[in-house]
Amino acid sequence: MAENRHEQLGLSDEKVLEMYRTMLLARKIDERMWLLNRSGKIPFVISCQGQEAAQVGASFALDLEKDYVAPYYRDMGVVLSFGMTAQELMLSGFAKAEDPNSGGRQMPGHFGQKKNRIITGSSPVTTQVPHAVGFALAAKMQKEDFVALTTLGEGSSNQGDFHEALNFAGVHKLPVITMVENNKYAISVPVEKQIACEKVSDRAQGYGMPGYTVDGNDPLAVYEVVKEAADRARSGKGPTLIETVSYRLTAHSSDDDDRTYREQEEVEEAKKKDSLITFKAYLQEVGVLTEEREQQLEDELKKIINDATDYAENAPYAEPESALKYVYAENE
Amino acid sequence: MPVMSYIQAVTQALHEEMGRDEKVYVLGEDVGKRGGVFRATDGLYDKFGEERVIDTPLAESAIAGVGIGTAMYGLRPVAEMQFADFIMPAVNQILSEASKIRYRSNNDWSCPITIRAPYGGGVHGALYHSQSVESVFANAPGLKIVMPSTPYDVKGLLKAAIRDDDPVLFFEHKRAYRLIKGEVPEDDYTLPIGKADVKREGSDITVITYGLCVHFALQAAEKLAEEGIDAHILDLRTVYPLDKESIIEAAKKTGKVLLITEDNLEGSIISEVSAIVSENCLFDLDAPVQRLAGPDVPSMPYAPSMEKYFMMNPDKVEKAMRDLAEF
Repeated sequence: MAENRHEQLGLSDEKVLEMYRTMLLARKIDERMWLLNRSGKIPFVISCQGQEAAQVGASFALDLEKDYVAPYYRDMGVVLSFGMTAQELMLSGFAKAEDPNSGGRQMPGHFGQKKNRIITGSSPVTTQVPHAVGFALAAKMQKEDFVALTTLGEGSSNQGDFHEALNFAGVHKLPVITMVENNKYAISVPVEKQIACEKVSDRAQGYGMPGYTVDGNDPLAVYEVVKEAADRARSGKGPTLIETVSYRLTAHSSDDDDRTYREQEEVEEAKKKDSLITFKAYLQEVGVLTEEREQQLEDELKKIINDATDYAENAPYAEPESALKYVYAENE
Repeated sequence: MPVMSYIQAVTQALHEEMGRDEKVYVLGEDVGKRGGVFRATDGLYDKFGEERVIDTPLAESAIAGVGIGTAMYGLRPVAEMQFADFIMPAVNQILSEASKIRYRSNNDWSCPITIRAPYGGGVHGALYHSQSVESVFANAPGLKIVMPSTPYDVKGLLKAAIRDDDPVLFFEHKRAYRLIKGEVPEDDYTLPIGKADVKREGSDITVITYGLCVHFALQAAEKLAEEGIDAHILDLRTVYPLDKESIIEAAKKTGKVLLITEDNLEGSIISEVSAIVSENCLFDLDAPVQRLAGPDVPSMPYAPSMEKYFMMNPDKVEKAMRDLAEF
């Protein structure tokens, strides 16, 4: 039997099963979205596939009752962990009125849900990083002990907002964790052509904060480093930069064709390290996930996703004239 | 009623709002210990401390973006851009983020931030310390742009901006800071954002303008009154979204309309005002709508000869008003 790593981290068997369930749910919703897209039912998909371990590992290391997250467009695993449901994600995919992210105003992947402390996002990349620093500044000013997590891709770590925000967080020692989900590609451009330093986390030194690079296919490794960062943040020791390294298993989006810029052998090789396979194997080896439990989980998630798809497909669109609402506060 | 300068009204509004609501705070470059390069935030640091009067790193997108984050959380940030000319690195945060946060989240989130910036020329500031930048932002529903002309309006409108539930750009004319003085009540009052204000009643010609140009028009109007020309002057105060009703009413009042801005002509705020007048007042007009603005060159040069040539002044305004009256 393999070494039990999760107990050493203080995680119960139930907790790691919940992590696995959330990763699997994200993957399955994503796969369904692609089917719906290819059958002409939804216009657009942008995937989490290959990054679920980092997303779920990081989220579970936070206090999901009070911490805030400013996610980026691949973070289905993050928003599910923070409390968004499969049905809500499907409503977003179909752009229906009940979509809690935007009421069908934004493309899928543009997350936001105040009741679950998911900060609304946009399409220009990295703009969410200063927002997360702002939430952390508010925590410090209001003497609240929440932490803000923000995520982005490695390509986005080249934007000015990354530098400006992390420097601000470093100077003011703010409780914010910046997690770069390095999936090796920014659309078609590989990481070697994106950053000149060896690791994204090398940049942390310039912002006066610790930087760590961890295996993004290992949810327990990500959990450990984010937990430590959250503890540091909560105790007033300031921000942390974390890089999780994994691989983007799909094309950039449903409008991209990755065969034009990368070898399929490379993708096949990466799939062997897919966290949905490796984490499942770990849970089986330590005796937490049985065949029976796995089957139950598959059946349960299938039903959740079928129900969510049916509900979202049949839900109404927003009234056309409602496009005029909420430009400004309407109590004026 | 006490008389104070335009910039003293800014400072007083900030003091009062920070005293009234602990969620109000200030961030920007040199706003803390120094009290701002123009001294707009004078005394705030000593009174409210470095936690609420934050000297930020020199990075405008972070000033806007971090401010936006705190606004989404529920604080009331007042961010200062040291000069309006330096707001450009923050444009993505203002246009892609602040202006769209309420709309894109279907009213789930909001962004009650005020961004103050000194604008305008006539201070030997050359290309990059003289610009009027309002037209860059005046096509972004979700934003409000306030440009007051008097100390009274500054105090009432800045307090209204801070209390507003949506993002407000608050542009202060830097030449007006110490040049313009006026009576300002000591008590707490706000003025409505989105409402223009008649600064002079008249019956012969209508001048519609904002900011420092309001004073040029008022000065010119006094001179022209001696010649029997009676000017009606409307101060836009909020340049986006525009107060269409007041614009139409003012245009119809005299049928002769002169629009003035210190900004470059093409695509300026007054171009939109002109369109409103054209669409609504055709049968009330006795002359073509006239626009008086800076020339379409990038910005005003440093040398006094060229700066004076670019910059609006009472003489240019007086001539344009007389020409229209005589049409």
